[in-house]
Amino acid sequence: MSASGFADSTAPGSGRRSSPLLWYLGTVAAFALWVGVYMGLEPAAEAITHLLPVARESRLGEALAFFLYDTPKVLMLLALVVFVMGVVQSFFSPEKTRAFLSGRREGAGNLMAAGLGILTPFCSCSAIPLFIGFVQAGIPLGVTFSFLIAAPMVNEVALGLLFGLVGWQVALLYLAFGLGVAIVSGWVIGRLHIESWLQDWVRELNATGGCCRVPEDEITGVERLREGLASMREIVGRVWLWILVGIAVGAGIHGYVPAELMARIMGAEAWWSVPAAIGLGIPMYSNAAGIIPVVEALLDKGAALGTTLAFMMAVLALSLPEIVILRKVLKGKLIAVFVAIVGTGIFSVGFLFNFLFG
Amino acid sequence: MKDVKVLGPGCKRCETTEAMVRNAAERLGIEAKVQKVTDYAEIARYGVASTPGIVIDGKLVHAGGLPREDKLEEWLTA
Repeated sequence: MSASGFADSTAPGSGRRSSPLLWYLGTVAAFALWVGVYMGLEPAAEAITHLLPVARESRLGEALAFFLYDTPKVLMLLALVVFVMGVVQSFFSPEKTRAFLSGRREGAGNLMAAGLGILTPFCSCSAIPLFIGFVQAGIPLGVTFSFLIAAPMVNEVALGLLFGLVGWQVALLYLAFGLGVAIVSGWVIGRLHIESWLQDWVRELNATGGCCRVPEDEITGVERLREGLASMREIVGRVWLWILVGIAVGAGIHGYVPAELMARIMGAEAWWSVPAAIGLGIPMYSNAAGIIPVVEALLDKGAALGTTLAFMMAVLALSLPEIVILRKVLKGKLIAVFVAIVGTGIFSVGFLFNFLFG
Repeated sequence: MKDVKVLGPGCKRCETTEAMVRNAAERLGIEAKVQKVTDYAEIARYGVASTPGIVIDGKLVHAGGLPREDKLEEWLTA
């Protein structure tokens, strides 16, 4: 789908270019339309729910209203955020990030790596080349890990959806704590000096260095908008199904799970709720798009914020598939250290938060 | 005869990129030997940190994300 979509938008061979002005005006108009539709979503969902042969106040009615409102809302927010981030990310590439980070010391390097993890476009299938590229460039192992932890956990999809669904305060907290976990975990891994726990072939490469430089193209503003559109198409196309599943689960929780039960299981009083949430989160393979509607419903029902944030971080930062991928470059011992340190960081965030604000 | 290598461990984007290269070569009537490189060590040797990457006649022309059709034609005809 992406290939044909791309071909359409660039009109190959014709050499025709639409005027930049048209692109900018079109972007503004599209945004205005977006705002208009977004404002109308809640009344529309209510109206449709009332038309259904289901009592609005019933559990099913609650669940349906939640689903009907949240689905278009989440998809629209996601499209907007991914578009904006696609444009922003056209200023950053993994190669530029690598060049920027090489030669940085630990400490400040960890901080910058975590920050760049948010901004650098990077898909999970690129994790290995990226990891190797960083190590080859002489970026310290701990700094590389700060990047690798922050990138999937504090990504644009997660932040955008949290912002839209749960509120800016939670989004900001997630950003701050996510960065904190990435920085501290990376720093600790660096302090351990366990470079020998990389797979042998990676360490051998280390000395050789890469042969080539990636060509840097001048890109225009219109091309940046195009990049935004392309990443919107690609990411929304890939995750919409996850979102639907996530919202359906969220709707189920919203309609059917009694609030007292939730408070007992995931409330701040239950001290074991944080480790349980982390243990539950690691084997769950989901992405931000699927997990945030669930997070929204959990919070709604009185789950403690620290527990919920820990759950979300565990799902995003410590997924089993990513661990399997990393196994190609890291020895088992290093994987264990990685999981233990990141897990401890997430636990501290969740526990501290529940303790302070529970 | 162009020697084209598509660097990528085998994700969706890398497959799409390979198909795009083949299509573009066919469209332009250029004879090209298109090869997919999935070995991480070899990918690393080109200094690529983001896949898919494209190497034409030993020269790295692209890294990260899908290439643009017009750029692809430019590289193949260069």
